[in-house]
Amino acid sequence: MYVAVKGGERAIESAHAWLAEERRGDTSISELGIPQIREQLKLSVDRVMAEGSLYDPDLAALAIKQSRGDLIEAIFLIRAYRTTLPRFGASSPVDTGAMSCDRRISATFKDLPGGQILGPTFDYTHRLLDFKLAAEGELPQAPTREATPGNVPHVTEFLNREGLIEEAPHDDTPPPDLTREPLEMPADRALRLQALTRADEGFTLGLAYSTQRGYGRNHAFVGELRIGAVAVEMDIPELGFAIEIGEITLTECETVNQFKGSKTEPPQFTRGYGLVFGQSERKAISMALVDRALRWEELGEDNVGAPAQDTEFVLYHADNIQATGFLEHIKLPHYVDFQSELELVRKLRREAGATETQEAAE
Amino acid sequence: MTDQAYNFAYLDEQTKRMIRRAILKGLAIPGYQVPFASREMPMPYGWGTGGVQVSAAVLTPDDTLKVIDQGADDTTNAVSIRTFFERTAGVKTTTRTTDASVIQTRHRIPEEPLTDNQILVYQVPIPEPLRFLEPRESETRKMHSLEEYGLMHVKLYEDISRHGHIATSYAYPVKIEGRYVMDPSPIPKFDNPKLGDMAAIQLFGAGREQRIYALPPYTQVVSLDFEDHPFEASKADHPCGLCDATDSYLDEVIIDDTGGRMFVCSDTDYCAARQAAGFKGKDAA
Repeated sequence: MYVAVKGGERAIESAHAWLAEERRGDTSISELGIPQIREQLKLSVDRVMAEGSLYDPDLAALAIKQSRGDLIEAIFLIRAYRTTLPRFGASSPVDTGAMSCDRRISATFKDLPGGQILGPTFDYTHRLLDFKLAAEGELPQAPTREATPGNVPHVTEFLNREGLIEEAPHDDTPPPDLTREPLEMPADRALRLQALTRADEGFTLGLAYSTQRGYGRNHAFVGELRIGAVAVEMDIPELGFAIEIGEITLTECETVNQFKGSKTEPPQFTRGYGLVFGQSERKAISMALVDRALRWEELGEDNVGAPAQDTEFVLYHADNIQATGFLEHIKLPHYVDFQSELELVRKLRREAGATETQEAAE
Repeated sequence: MTDQAYNFAYLDEQTKRMIRRAILKGLAIPGYQVPFASREMPMPYGWGTGGVQVSAAVLTPDDTLKVIDQGADDTTNAVSIRTFFERTAGVKTTTRTTDASVIQTRHRIPEEPLTDNQILVYQVPIPEPLRFLEPRESETRKMHSLEEYGLMHVKLYEDISRHGHIATSYAYPVKIEGRYVMDPSPIPKFDNPKLGDMAAIQLFGAGREQRIYALPPYTQVVSLDFEDHPFEASKADHPCGLCDATDSYLDEVIIDDTGGRMFVCSDTDYCAARQAAGFKGKDAA
């Protein structure tokens, strides 16, 4: 006998309690601390900050702990928290030329002013499981040297001096704000970049990869990739000048793309740009490739119908919080709609059956 | 047990003002989808973030809130959203349709006719009725502004030529005051006739898609159809097994593994009120 089910409330409470228990796992194993996550799972923390659009390593670490290591869930926690923060103002644009670089490489020049700095990279490690880590072995000491003082110039500036690369004229127009205005088409480059920097890493990577395999190929070279800390400055109205309010780590990627010229533009190198919170190389490079692909129109290129060229497609599907929400909502009850579909299918089948019987009789 | 760490109804006043502007614009242009800067909420997109933001913007401390999902007050997500507003706004909540001043709903319109003291807030997944005919937002906005709805009629016509009927059973498109074609959210088409000439204000919030639209009281709402294939609201052809109602939308419940089933009102409040008034269905205990 069916009785209308009551008790959603109790079920939810119990589920939450169970979740908390599962999150903690075996209590005979010591609990993860926020500083441990922040220091030892730094790249996870960086991804959560980048896609959560909030630079705060401690909160990101907390979100990772709370989400049991599910990074998209952690990003969601950060986004939801971000919504509640008052906005005091906007910083001055950060100067990545003044970055204190931990890593700075160029794939287009063997050597260049500022030098090639490999930095803490996985690039040339052999991907062999290091069982010493399981045994918590001693840490080898990394050699150090004095940092070279002064700005590290951007590679694209060298090319620019020769007029070989498209101009990127200085522009003081305040960029649109994706988090305060609804996304509307057509989206200019500033808005596209804003959407891409918080876009899902996997989605951006997939799109960038598709351009490399020929779906809107744009022949990218990594002109430069740099990772390091930059100062954030803000104008304080009471003081009348800008002061440094903090420091953030950024990954910046500038691609130099081959370009044979179009109906409107001469042959020259063109640019793709990626800028992401934290150390997020894969994301920054992917972002630069997708940025370049989306620029087909302003460069007078042909639209070859590649997904990465389609601004609406890219921007409306790149946000993993939107995507995961809508995808997962189909597990919510839909029995009202399903019931109406049941009625419809039964009716159509009845009629189809009747027609067949009639045809057989004839 | 209001959570003092957050503003009344969670959102800050600036955000609520922005949403109210969108609502007012929506009411001024019935059926038109107003873009609004939807915020990330502490529940996922797809769980009713649009409806929650609209409710947050219209709630006042004196309001009484009812939340239903699939017509029921006790479905888990309805419980979750109700708890959210109890915590963040401290408003009174109810399951009685007649006692509520704001009703947030997913997929149903209550059976009890609403009054001019009530606001009905719908959670909307895809606000664009033309979306599955044309995936591009830039195109569909153009089609709305040019009142170019031929594509929709062709789709409905193709349904008829293929199946003998319009094969849309929920989220059935409607035309508002002879102008905008609107998605009524995924309510069963059984509920469509209630949309028009309703005394209550109807607000539609789509959080992920960043759209709000609205129907002011007593708006003309016409379900799209053809003269020779008129719109027909349909439901399971049974009375409710618990309260014997013949005029309410029914859910089909499977009760054993040999094909046994019963039909019960999807509107739990309506059903409970009828049972309390002494009505008894054939399956009632």
